[in-house]
Amino acid sequence: MKVRLTWQSSAAWGLVLVTILLGWFGRDLAKALDARWLIKIPSSWVIPFKTRISSAMSWLVEDAAIGPVSFTDATRAIAWLIEQPYELMLSLLAHGFLYGPGPAPQVLLPAASWIAVTIAVIALGHFCRNWGLAAVAGACFAYLAVFGQWDSAMVTLASVVIAVPIGAGGGLLTGIWAYRHPRGERILSPVLDLMQTIPIFAYLVPILFMFGFGPVSALVATIIYATPPMIRITIMALKAVDPEILDFGRMAGTTKRQLMWRVLVPSASQSLMVGVNQVIMLTLNMVIIASMIGAGGLGFDVLAALRRLDIGAGFEAGIAIVVLAIAVDRLSQAFAERMGQIHHTSPGSWAARHKRTVLVLSLLMITWVLGRFSPLLLDYPASQTITTGAFWNDAVKYLNVNYFDVFEAVKVFFLQWFLLPIKKTLLGIPWPWAIAMLTLLGWRVGGWKLAALCGVMSALIAVSGLWAKAMVTVYLCGASVILATLIGVPLGVLAALNRRAGIAINLLIDTLQTLPSFVYLIPVVMLFRIGDFTAMIAIVLYALAPAVRYAAHGVRSVSGELIEAGLVSGCTRWQLLRLVRLPMALPEILLGINQTIMLALSMLVITALVGTRDLGQEVYIALTKADTGRGLVAGLAIAFIAIIADRLVNAGARGARIRFGLES
Amino acid sequence: MTPKTKLSCRNIWKLYGANAEAFLNGNPSPSGAEIRKAGIIGAVRNARIDIAEGEIFIIMGLSGSGKSTLVRCLSRLIEPTGGQVLFDGVDLLTASEQELIEIRRHKMGMVFQHFALLPHLTVLQNVMFPLTVQATPKREADAKAREVVELVGLKGREDYYPRELSGGQQQRVGIARSLVTEPDLWFLDEPFSALDPLIRREMQDEFLRLQARLHKTIVFITHDFEEAVRLADRIAIMKDGEIIQIATPEELVLNPATEYVAEFTRHIPRSKVLTVGGIMTPGTDGAGPPVPAASRVSEVAEQIIAADAPRPVCDENGRIIGSIGRTAVARVLFGAGQAA
Repeated sequence: MKVRLTWQSSAAWGLVLVTILLGWFGRDLAKALDARWLIKIPSSWVIPFKTRISSAMSWLVEDAAIGPVSFTDATRAIAWLIEQPYELMLSLLAHGFLYGPGPAPQVLLPAASWIAVTIAVIALGHFCRNWGLAAVAGACFAYLAVFGQWDSAMVTLASVVIAVPIGAGGGLLTGIWAYRHPRGERILSPVLDLMQTIPIFAYLVPILFMFGFGPVSALVATIIYATPPMIRITIMALKAVDPEILDFGRMAGTTKRQLMWRVLVPSASQSLMVGVNQVIMLTLNMVIIASMIGAGGLGFDVLAALRRLDIGAGFEAGIAIVVLAIAVDRLSQAFAERMGQIHHTSPGSWAARHKRTVLVLSLLMITWVLGRFSPLLLDYPASQTITTGAFWNDAVKYLNVNYFDVFEAVKVFFLQWFLLPIKKTLLGIPWPWAIAMLTLLGWRVGGWKLAALCGVMSALIAVSGLWAKAMVTVYLCGASVILATLIGVPLGVLAALNRRAGIAINLLIDTLQTLPSFVYLIPVVMLFRIGDFTAMIAIVLYALAPAVRYAAHGVRSVSGELIEAGLVSGCTRWQLLRLVRLPMALPEILLGINQTIMLALSMLVITALVGTRDLGQEVYIALTKADTGRGLVAGLAIAFIAIIADRLVNAGARGARIRFGLES
Repeated sequence: MTPKTKLSCRNIWKLYGANAEAFLNGNPSPSGAEIRKAGIIGAVRNARIDIAEGEIFIIMGLSGSGKSTLVRCLSRLIEPTGGQVLFDGVDLLTASEQELIEIRRHKMGMVFQHFALLPHLTVLQNVMFPLTVQATPKREADAKAREVVELVGLKGREDYYPRELSGGQQQRVGIARSLVTEPDLWFLDEPFSALDPLIRREMQDEFLRLQARLHKTIVFITHDFEEAVRLADRIAIMKDGEIIQIATPEELVLNPATEYVAEFTRHIPRSKVLTVGGIMTPGTDGAGPPVPAASRVSEVAEQIIAADAPRPVCDENGRIIGSIGRTAVARVLFGAGQAA
């Protein structure tokens, strides 16, 4: 533990004060000194990363080749490999098997009937757990049919069914490779860090370049997005296998392959299934974003509605994604659980043991045959669908007509007293001072390594010519994180201390987390229109969950002995909270804030749709212009901000834990 | 005739730390102080053991003494930093990966402290596992597995999953699994430490019963001196990576090499360790039926005290080699021995 001297803390406060003053008056100061370079980086200092990356990219696509195989051939081969199973799935679920060219091909076999698919899902639910789950899954799919979302939902489902096995399988194999080769893991770990912090949009552009606009590009992007957690979980799960099991495997005389596939992987299967579940959820998260580069289905419906500002349609399609996600998530979790359970195989023929499979297959056949006579069996009748779109539109209209002044007042208040001051300060700080302060902070909490990281990364942002946009990003993200923390941490503490409140808050947070990020935007835009305030609200809603979760967990896991010690010392409830619970929960709360920052940064690009002027906007523009260099540089800048924030907060949390003796 | 040596190790070192190997090459027998000075941790230091065929050899030490590391060096689960491990005269440390797999498949079995059963397999599949990996025909593997499951008293539970069994039963599965390949050399790494005291006792009896039938060469790890005394033919006591003394239980009690060893033996009822032969008066005196020299004092104490005159003591061939009277027994039971 370091001895803290008073002059140190006063020096720290002094520096903070100087920074704020510089933020307010830096512009004038620069003018007075006739040194405009302090505020705006001279264009001659900017290194043109963008154009270099762009030209490298076009070289890759146009000229790169290994021997006779050009790079484009390779990407085409990959695209073909992914396309085949996808087309099959799409035909089965959505389009039917077609034959012949042209706009009116002959239908060989129509897509699977909605009845057969719904029954199949119910059967799967019953197989995995019980009738309860079967009812939930069946209800979800019936909802899709009744609310007229069936066709889009099946397109989305087809891409999920293809992306998940590739992502999970690829992640597993990569994870195993990294587990076997510790050096590989050391190389992989920073790559994964970067993959998880670069906003997805940034790598949509190069993918677009390599694979063209279409469902295959969307699948590739989805797989790239969904695989990293699987790799991490695989490495962790394999490392967590009891060393005795590993010793046993070796003593039984297993070969390396037997050891991996017969001992380690099965022993780790429960954690591995958590990874698969993660892949599924991330795949569904990606549904809307993927539609920007050519995925159809529900994501496309949401995006189109968002562009039209059609709240009803967007909301319905968004809810349909949530419903589909709930069904797939519950089913996959139950499936994982069942795999880990004890089930004694019953004797009998194949058909007797697989009653459900037989039922579903025969139902599929029957609906195909009878469907020739009654189309009702194949497609849910359009006349029977229900839509709630008008209701949502009316609700928003009603709120806007009657409460416009209230909304406006709230918005103006926040802009005037919260957002704009922060923005002005951050944009006014001279960049050399900001870099110096970041480096100093890095040195203070994490030693010279962290200082070097902070200094180099912030300097890179500066010389890439994106400093002002980066500051807008920091401002928007920072303001949202402050608000999310102010709301989230008290909610978390309340959830930990009061059971009933805990249940309600958990429900709220669960709901917020299952909604796809885009869905937040629609109602907020409708009420507050386009601008920073709208973006902030959407980010706060999206990034609130970890602040609440970690705070609740931190407060709950304060040791009972400490609480008793506090009680015996005569603490009141408030004193107990202020003097014992909160300080001990501080490291966890910090980690929660860290997660909140990460989520806020990943939401930034999405809020670019509502007209922010930050790095997110830069990435989004690059995507619409297919400008690889611009997108990657802005994406990397966001990643750098994320990495700096992550390392600083983590170092702070570690410091707190060491002070409390929770870690050495 | 001394039985032939099954497993022996020479100058085994296991050092952890940067450049441990180079350090040992430069200085083949470093002292504790030298190791510490080099910033290296000595988990096993200069271990030298000879284990005879059919012997129960126990390695005893407290946690962190290096006993688990030593046994893993003997089975080459851990690569020793230096030394030699001879198994049936073959140096295990120079064996190729393939040879090692063959040796482990056919000649070694191991039982683990926390059972190390595969959670996704049934009892029978777990027991069969070592045969499965060597591609034994299914029918044969099945028959063998059922045989050892019955041997450890789990008949009828073949289709249970590990988590449906109690700790004692799980360890029986572990034992069955380690025996299914009929190994010559049987490693047991604290096999009963995770069990309740009552079950532990029962399992120790079971273990002795099995050994009476199978005559394996056994390397048994424990931190429980009472367990060691109860089961061992010979005991090696380890402390800080070094073997302090290797001796029979009786020798350990009578002539502890260091104060550390004496501290362990102090709380052991001596009557359960000492044999009649160890405390008898040599000669051919005594009246009444003879008592065997190899029996423990506690087993015959009652009849010797009940007898009026000292009883003769005979060796395994029935020859009278000495006598033992009340006083000698009483001294063991109540006397200075307890507190010495």
